[in-house]
Amino acid sequence: MSTAVKSAVTSTQPATVKPTRKGDSLLSRFGPPLVVLVIIMAAWYGIAGYLLSIDKAFLLPLPHVIISDSFFPANGAKSIAPDLLRSLGLSTQVALFGLAISIVIGIVWAIVMSQARWVERSLFPYAVILQCVPILALVPLIGITIGYSFEARILVCVLISLFPMVSNTLFGLQSVDHSQRELFQLQSASRWTVLTKLQFPNALPAIFAGMRISAGLSVIGAIVGDTFFRRGQPGLGNLISVYASRVQTAELYAAVITSALLGVVIFLVFGLIGKLAVGRWYTSA
Amino acid sequence: MTISPTVEPPVVTTEPLLDFRNVAMQFANGTIALSGVDLTVSRGEFVTVVGPSGCGKSTLLRIASGLETASEGTVELATKRIGYVFQDATLLPWRTVQANVELLAELNKQPKRVRSAKAKEAIELVGLGGFEKNLPRELSGGMRMRTSLARSLTLDPELFLFDEPFGALDEITRERLGDELLRIFMEQQFAGLFITHSVAEAVYLSTRVIVMSGRPGRIVDEFEVPFDYPRDPDIRFTPEFAALSGKVSHALREGHA
Repeated sequence: MSTAVKSAVTSTQPATVKPTRKGDSLLSRFGPPLVVLVIIMAAWYGIAGYLLSIDKAFLLPLPHVIISDSFFPANGAKSIAPDLLRSLGLSTQVALFGLAISIVIGIVWAIVMSQARWVERSLFPYAVILQCVPILALVPLIGITIGYSFEARILVCVLISLFPMVSNTLFGLQSVDHSQRELFQLQSASRWTVLTKLQFPNALPAIFAGMRISAGLSVIGAIVGDTFFRRGQPGLGNLISVYASRVQTAELYAAVITSALLGVVIFLVFGLIGKLAVGRWYTSA
Repeated sequence: MTISPTVEPPVVTTEPLLDFRNVAMQFANGTIALSGVDLTVSRGEFVTVVGPSGCGKSTLLRIASGLETASEGTVELATKRIGYVFQDATLLPWRTVQANVELLAELNKQPKRVRSAKAKEAIELVGLGGFEKNLPRELSGGMRMRTSLARSLTLDPELFLFDEPFGALDEITRERLGDELLRIFMEQQFAGLFITHSVAEAVYLSTRVIVMSGRPGRIVDEFEVPFDYPRDPDIRFTPEFAALSGKVSHALREGHA
């Protein structure tokens, strides 16, 4: 859990979408991380093999054992695949709903703040507070006050993933070049025109970067909500709690890896969407 | 130095398009950028202002365009069609050349067909035909500045304000764009007010060179440029050109001291 909180704190600076450099071959892009993966797997097998030899295999099962125990269990036990898929579906749904709401609220909030200095001064502190409050501490409270429903899970997602949308959008709206603003001013362009034809398009790269960060956070939100609620519709977090309490390590690893993959996939998808939307004109210096 | 009747350029027959009388500018923080500036620009004139950096040359343009209001003196403008070319091209990176050039007409709510045709014409005029669909990032610095120029041309400006537009370009591009600008000037017959810190550029382009002192900016001297248009690029290497450039440089140095 501590890693989740850490990434929520460190990844919220206005970031930018980096385009792939031209001339990168497939090998130079995917080669190095693949080498690292091989090293990690080798280390995993090494450690797991050692643990097996001292009869503590439950701490870290061998990778292929995780797969066989979870999906192709011996002696008549059930595969966890149906449970895992159902939970994955639910958590994905919660995360995407929460993200969508964060995107809408975050953009609107930032646009409102960009319109006047005093509005920004009045509202931005609350965005910061939202970011500073340990959301995890609020989760049990949410459970008690509004229940353990789908909506409560979405609320956790929104609370966790909102800030990057607000701060990135605001940064993008405000980072319009001074002389470009004057160009519009010289034609007596209205506030609305400046917003729609200058500020908003200018903010798009930052908005997409924020979306990518928020997407990762909302997956965290979905799983955190589950683990704390421990009831309602079982998402990936519930599954993780259940396997942990029964010390079913292989199944636990399978569920953890599945949630990690969900986070990575959502992150990549939003990165791709951003690249498709603004990659044509946007180059980070 | 104020404008005396003897230095009025002979070509001017119409009313002045831009008239500064005793203009001063003091910013809120107390900095005095301009003091006692008298300046007239008429149709058919291409007036260049040279001065050390920070002397308020740009402030002069900003007042003329309405981006700033002078704290003293009167400013009269006889036209609303004002083109303003910024120091950098200020293109919108998400718009193609065509869409960038259409921008000002679009902001002025001109119908799509009119502004599209106008933009095409301006793009041809600055020699960028064929690049309509390119994005700014795909263009060189000189081509971006041409796009910026085309964008202002769509306003059919009667008064054209240039704020060191070629300052960031290399010398060859700069000279070529200067020649293009003069060609367009002769075709369109606007009044130009051009800010630069290059003496050679000032003398080559303009009908009149105005020298400003360091802060607070005052007009310290003024020179008529006797060369006829169209100007041969090689006049830069004539003794007359060198002599005039020398005089401007001297005035600049004295004003700065």
